[in-house]
Amino acid sequence: MKTDDLIDLLSTGVTRVDRKAVLRRFARALPLGLAGSLVIVMLVFGVRPDLMSVAQTPIFWAKLAFPVAVALAAALAVSRLGRPGVRGGYAWALVAVPFVGVWLAGWLTLGAAAPAERVPLMLGESWRVCPFNILLLSVPTFAAVFWAARGLAPTRPRLAGAAAGLFASGLATIAYCVHCPEMSPAFWSIWYAIGMLLPAAIGAWLGPRLLRW
Amino acid sequence: MRTRERDSQGGMDAIAVPDAMGYPHPIAPVLGRAAAARKLAASFDAGADIGAGAPSRHPEHTGRPLHPAEIRLKALFVAGLEGDADAYRLFLQELTRHLRGYLRRRIPQWHDDVEDLVQEILLAVHNARHTWRPDEPLTAWVHAIARYKLMDFFRSRARRESLNDPLDDHADLFATPDDEPAQARRDIGKLLDQLPDKQRLPIVHVKLEGRSVVEAAQLTGLSESAVKVGIHRGLKALAARIRGAQ
Repeated sequence: MKTDDLIDLLSTGVTRVDRKAVLRRFARALPLGLAGSLVIVMLVFGVRPDLMSVAQTPIFWAKLAFPVAVALAAALAVSRLGRPGVRGGYAWALVAVPFVGVWLAGWLTLGAAAPAERVPLMLGESWRVCPFNILLLSVPTFAAVFWAARGLAPTRPRLAGAAAGLFASGLATIAYCVHCPEMSPAFWSIWYAIGMLLPAAIGAWLGPRLLRW
Repeated sequence: MRTRERDSQGGMDAIAVPDAMGYPHPIAPVLGRAAAARKLAASFDAGADIGAGAPSRHPEHTGRPLHPAEIRLKALFVAGLEGDADAYRLFLQELTRHLRGYLRRRIPQWHDDVEDLVQEILLAVHNARHTWRPDEPLTAWVHAIARYKLMDFFRSRARRESLNDPLDDHADLFATPDDEPAQARRDIGKLLDQLPDKQRLPIVHVKLEGRSVVEAAQLTGLSESAVKVGIHRGLKALAARIRGAQ
């Protein structure tokens, strides 16, 4: 086919482009992914029995704010990197904000604690499994985010994949909060961070393959 | 390698690309077409080379905010997004001229591949056209797509050459005389024929025969939305097949 014929083909019968199509794609996929993570957390790990009473403490919401902020910033990074010619830019700085915040909080917590309590504050009871639990919960959100991101056009698929992986793990960590018994910022600053960065690394690894277009 | 260098440039690129794409190449009838293409190629090149170099290369242009090609292409493209087929055709035609000039200059050693790449980029621009936002320079958007496809070309080329027998002899040099440099080597029409019917038939009826979606729906027995989805998915599948055929 000659290029002129291709131009005719592409331009014939064009209709108005729906600019909200990608947004709708995400709106369709993300609730499914998040629901998948919630089902897994309830079936595999179980909802923590004191969830109702702990939900009335500010520290619970501070903990929830961490993955929520990560997910929002990563979503912004995905939406920017999914458009040709737009760099991650300030979205990466916004991604860093919750991590820096929780590290500071962890630092302050440790500074205020007696030396003997510091290691237990960092390790909690679940440090061995926490990152892997988040990784497992990321499976449905990862599929959802990458499916939706394929509606975009990332020209830097590795970076876009990393952002998409972080978006997925942020959502998964939100789901994990209904189970996780740890209430110390010192714990979150290490194990939640690792749990969220693992899927981001996997996203960076798979991005060039999954987001190719 | 180049992408990596560019990634490490941080914010520089965001400034460099519109700068390099946007300003230095008036596409007016005043300039000959070849001269315009050369100028565009040079500016594309500046953008595709290490981003930090671009602004300093055109210091005289940095003050002007918009460029004729940007304004003209953008007007046509925006009309195309609203469903104006004629404007969209003009946009693609003008873009094709820019792309040819860019690619002939970027990959002079593979001029046989230029037309294939032009077609691939046109299809990519079409399939990604919903990702452009009005607050973004259109030329930067197009440039990013062209560069992405060019990098893809380099990668698949390297892979092919590492797989294939690298030995050739004098016979290869005379094997294919090249009378039509502007001829595409890959036939998109044949790739189109390989698509499943529910994608192929909507494209054939609407995009090749120029029928309406309603008519295509009656001819195929599909619903109108299935016809639209078939076109959309079919053109994406076509791009995927082009990648597979490389």
